Amino acid sequence: MPEGGKRRRLTRGEMLVIAAPYAWIALFFLAPFALIVKISLSHPAQTRPPYEPVFDGAGLAGFFEKLSQLGLDAYRGLAEDTLYLDSYLSSLTIAGGATLICLLIAYPFALAIARAPRRLRPVLIGFAVAPFWTSFLIRVYAWITLLKDEGIINHALMALGVIDAPLPMFATSGAVVVGIVYSYLPFMLLPLYAAIERQDASLREAAADLGATPFQVFLHVTLPLSRRGIVAGALLVFIPSVGEFVIPDLLGGSDTLMIGRTLWNDFFANRDWPAASAAAVALLALLLVPILLYERAQLREGAR
Amino acid sequence: MSGARLLRLAALLLGFGFLYGPIVILATMSFNASRLVTVWGGFSTKWYAALLHDEQMLRAAQISLSAAALSALIATLNGLLAALALARFGGFRSRTLFAGSIYAPLVMPEVVLGLGLLLVFVAFGVERGFLTLVLAHASFTMCFATVMIHAALKGCDRTLEEAAMDLGATPVRAFALVTLPLIAPSVVSAYLLAFIISLDDLVIASFTTGPGATTLPMRIYSQVRLGVSPEVNAISTLLLGLVAVALGLSALLTRGRAKGGGAG
Repeated sequence: MPEGGKRRRLTRGEMLVIAAPYAWIALFFLAPFALIVKISLSHPAQTRPPYEPVFDGAGLAGFFEKLSQLGLDAYRGLAEDTLYLDSYLSSLTIAGGATLICLLIAYPFALAIARAPRRLRPVLIGFAVAPFWTSFLIRVYAWITLLKDEGIINHALMALGVIDAPLPMFATSGAVVVGIVYSYLPFMLLPLYAAIERQDASLREAAADLGATPFQVFLHVTLPLSRRGIVAGALLVFIPSVGEFVIPDLLGGSDTLMIGRTLWNDFFANRDWPAASAAAVALLALLLVPILLYERAQLREGAR
Repeated sequence: MSGARLLRLAALLLGFGFLYGPIVILATMSFNASRLVTVWGGFSTKWYAALLHDEQMLRAAQISLSAAALSALIATLNGLLAALALARFGGFRSRTLFAGSIYAPLVMPEVVLGLGLLLVFVAFGVERGFLTLVLAHASFTMCFATVMIHAALKGCDRTLEEAAMDLGATPVRAFALVTLPLIAPSVVSAYLLAFIISLDDLVIASFTTGPGATTLPMRIYSQVRLGVSPEVNAISTLLLGLVAVALGLSALLTRGRAKGGGAG
């Protein structure tokens, strides 16, 4: 691995290659984070842009003076306002529940694709992942047609006589979970498929030869061997779900709180940039552990 | 047929039904003459015709397409250079920071990226509009382009390039004449990918664009918030078709490469 050993200097030619992408990420990726942190510490104001800078134009002496009046208001707001706390908890519950359901749906699906005839596997996995590339917004929108009171599912159930009145499915947290499961299923499917597909079939045969029932083979051989796929898939679904905005906004009710949506409202509706920035910092802090876990899993995977 | 095989077949059918059902229903509804989703009023293309007269929608589509074309170009060029650095430069100083910043947007919430980019534009006093939209999209699609080109470069036989240099080619010439043609299909795929992602983005565009440059997803979003409408079904179906064509093209290109480079 090139990762190990001593880090070397770049040659001049290499610097020419790396200069443009490096400058780009410094300007459009690292600087934004610095600014989010900075503005989360400033005070909201009725100006344009709507915040009072804390550090701008101050000399070093001014810096220390300003440091003493650093605005932690936005964070204090985060801690005191139950809206934020509720958004966090509800984001975690919704994302966690959706991740679990995603796993339950994706596992048999991935298993079936991985055990299909070898020739068919790339085609099947290709078609299973293809919807991911179609518009996210449109895929979420498609569920409105299905879930609404006067939508297709309620209409079908009433026509069949299963229910008398429409089930309230649209504009609920349940609808948000369905939307997340549907949108992020490919993220769960791919690592699961990769983990199951590369398993050595002779291990299963050996277990069967020793008298294990098919279910025992699954429980003691297939499932443990796909553990890494499960972890990777769960993180890949959970991480983007927590900060999701479009799904709770379109499928959720007005009482469906999620951090991404709260941040959006702080920014667009309340024009409170410091609060939105503080929410962003807190969201990242919340995601730091799962993101690091994922990076570690990837590194281990790469080392194999 | 054995029980296990039957179960697997059922899992496949249910899985694909779940994935494609909503999309197929949406596309079908776009040809429904009736405004109600539960009533089939006969086949009609009138919602598509209505689209042609929706000036705002057409303008938004035009903005989205040009922003996607431009930003994908920047993202692919940047991604090519970044992938080259990651695949060829080994363990250089600050590699962790570089690689981390390149790949982080893959797992970063879009609301955070959008907010951060907006703050940069405000800090530099750049008026928000088409330009900031393109810059923002080029930034967050760059990671996808890098991943794709990096994978192709890793699978590329480096000895060919070394042979060219032994025969007197400069490194740049050797790369351009030997490696670039080999990875060209992946570079094109990376461009298409960045294009599709840019075309689809709602959140980052909402933060970073200005009043003069409303994108198609923003337009669709504001209509969807008012309720399900057949015109949105029609434009959605058109977009689905566009992506299907792009995917097919990309699959053909990468398959051509797999055949051509079969020995590698």
